[in-house]
Amino acid sequence: MKHLGLIITREYLNKIRNKSFVVMTFLSPLLMAALISIVAYLSSVNNDTLKDIKVLDNSGYFGHLFTDSDQLRFEVLPDMDLQQAKTLAEATSAYGLLYIPRVDSVAALKKGITFYSADTPALGVTVAIERLLQRQANALVLRENGIDDKAIEALYFNVSTQLETFAGQETSKLGSGLKLIFGGAAGYLLFMFIIIYGNMIMRSVIEEKTSRIIEVIISSVKPRALMLGKIFGTTLAGITQFAIWVIILGIFSIIATGVLGLEMGSGADLAQEAAQIGDQESQEIALAVAREIWQLPLTNLVVMFFLYFIGGYLLYASLYAAIGAAVDSETDTQQFLLPILMPLIIAVYVGVFTVIEDPHGTIAQVFSFIPLTSPVVMLMRIPFGVPLWQQIFSVVLLFTTFMGTVWFAAKIYRVGILMYGKKPSYKELIKWLKY
Amino acid sequence: MSLLEVNQVSKSFGTYKALDQVSLSVPKGSIFGLLGPNGAGKTTLIRIVNQITMPDQGTVYLDGQKLAPHHISDIGYLPEERGLYKSMKVGEQALYLAQLKGMSKSEAKAQLKMWFERLEIGHWWDKKIQELSKGMAQKIQFVVTVLHRPKLLIFDEPFSGFDPINAQIIQREILRLKDEGATVIFSTHRMESVEELCDHIALVHKSKKILDGNLTQIKRAHLSNRFKVGIQCESRDQVLKAIGEKFSISPTEFKSVYQGVQFSLQLSDQDTPNAALTELSRFGMVYHFVAEVPSANDLFVQTIAQNSTSEDS
Repeated sequence: MKHLGLIITREYLNKIRNKSFVVMTFLSPLLMAALISIVAYLSSVNNDTLKDIKVLDNSGYFGHLFTDSDQLRFEVLPDMDLQQAKTLAEATSAYGLLYIPRVDSVAALKKGITFYSADTPALGVTVAIERLLQRQANALVLRENGIDDKAIEALYFNVSTQLETFAGQETSKLGSGLKLIFGGAAGYLLFMFIIIYGNMIMRSVIEEKTSRIIEVIISSVKPRALMLGKIFGTTLAGITQFAIWVIILGIFSIIATGVLGLEMGSGADLAQEAAQIGDQESQEIALAVAREIWQLPLTNLVVMFFLYFIGGYLLYASLYAAIGAAVDSETDTQQFLLPILMPLIIAVYVGVFTVIEDPHGTIAQVFSFIPLTSPVVMLMRIPFGVPLWQQIFSVVLLFTTFMGTVWFAAKIYRVGILMYGKKPSYKELIKWLKY
Repeated sequence: MSLLEVNQVSKSFGTYKALDQVSLSVPKGSIFGLLGPNGAGKTTLIRIVNQITMPDQGTVYLDGQKLAPHHISDIGYLPEERGLYKSMKVGEQALYLAQLKGMSKSEAKAQLKMWFERLEIGHWWDKKIQELSKGMAQKIQFVVTVLHRPKLLIFDEPFSGFDPINAQIIQREILRLKDEGATVIFSTHRMESVEELCDHIALVHKSKKILDGNLTQIKRAHLSNRFKVGIQCESRDQVLKAIGEKFSISPTEFKSVYQGVQFSLQLSDQDTPNAALTELSRFGMVYHFVAEVPSANDLFVQTIAQNSTSEDS
């Protein structure tokens, strides 16, 4: 036990004093902020470009419909033939030309409408145009069949379903979105943590092998204590780094909102009234968000986050340590890394696709029990409300497996750290378990 | 009285038998040479004593007690595959390793200062290992091994990486430690150091112990009634021919300032050296008459050769 403390201290101090660790700790948030601003800037630039679209409506049904939006500007061409229109569109370097042919009846419009453009048009553009045309075409058919315009107008309204559980708890789409964000963030955080610090543990095990100090150390301490010491020491360093990141990002966001707030404040007096209305609206949204967050199973989420974080991280960390012990250099780790990265990646995919689709479906449930995937998947499910027995069962399974992996990893570790030279095969690894 | 007793220890890795019923007894206060060709099982045996590997069968006793985890602080081990954390400072690292062996920080610090002064390496304290040469790092490694004053010291090829001067210093320190009461197990392929240092040896070959005991006694047992002889004379061929008729001789060479015949003389069990000497002195002045004592190297090569042939036949 005294040894474990010594090892953890050394690992921790050695990690946080490392130059590249220090640099990464303070540089990463800067890089992250820079990256986010660049992406935000680029996408805003992308959205800002106005797309010029010429419309040649020979049918005469649609011409009056096209109104400009933020991204699209329509110009309805006077009656001319298609070839002329195309040349014109090309000459004015328009984004595209929408051609609607002359037709005898509305039904004939099923085909024949064509969009000409220099390159394949953006999906958003065609979808927007199609929606416009569809609605008008529907209206035309209804009118032909003697439905009056008022009835047609009345036809279009949005249905919004209220969501409520049997227990009477009101939920909303906003709530679902928030749940996704909470669950997704928790799962993703764990995923990143495992990959970053798992690798760090693996490298530190390999370092002890290549520097040949390992035999000196294990003549003083049990390999198991050394392995656990490494895992805990590196984890503490990781938590330190994460905490610093959170603090730095927090300071950044405070500064950022402060600057933005100032900009908003300097707006003209005329805009103030509008801003107040906007404020009221945003206050309402904020209230709704707060209410939804309040309705999330927060205690449950926090408790489970810690349990799954610890269990899941340690499970993978011990596997990373075992890999480090089995090989001589980092280049040899590839073939062993794949089998432990696969379940992690699967977990994220299941989380992103299946849990969103159906948080309590069979696949989501099964993967939230399998220990290698349960930390990520279950964390994503919990905001949607998971029965307690499922959570307990899954956590117990996770920690039992963790004990198993530590045993397994310690065996590999014990033999592996004294093996130099060739890269072992899986068959040999299994043989090591019996030594 | 033996400090370390190895009793019928066997160890297999899969189908490969690394140690087969090996028993050893290392007397207290001795320097014990553990010899054997590469892959004989020495390192496995040493790792078992250090509790790095567990034996499949057999027991090990240290100072009369069955080997247990708390014995770690009684042993100092310098492995053949050795190194230090490259990016850690010398002093910090030595303190860490000493604490792992159960020393308190202040005690370790005092001892380290003493050793660093004795080896005149005090100014290295704040250097990183990667700034030191290999030989310098080996010195640190040696200090770290002996720092906690263990009863039993195990050195695996301790002189590799040292220049002759530093090797001399380390040899001196090993002898000093022995005088202070430590028992030393010494594994090496350099037979001249075995000759200089070891009181006892054990020879391991193909996972079995094939020879062990006090080095002098082993040598005495391997005396073969063979002598190296040098006689001052004029007509060499005649003298050699005449002696060859009476004794079984074979050519040999050794350095001498005298001119004459040199040969190796094999006496039968009935002949006594004194009678032979009288006989030989009739051919001229006998300036050289020395019993051939097998060197550690001879013992090593001969015993291994014998065991290999007896196994093959």
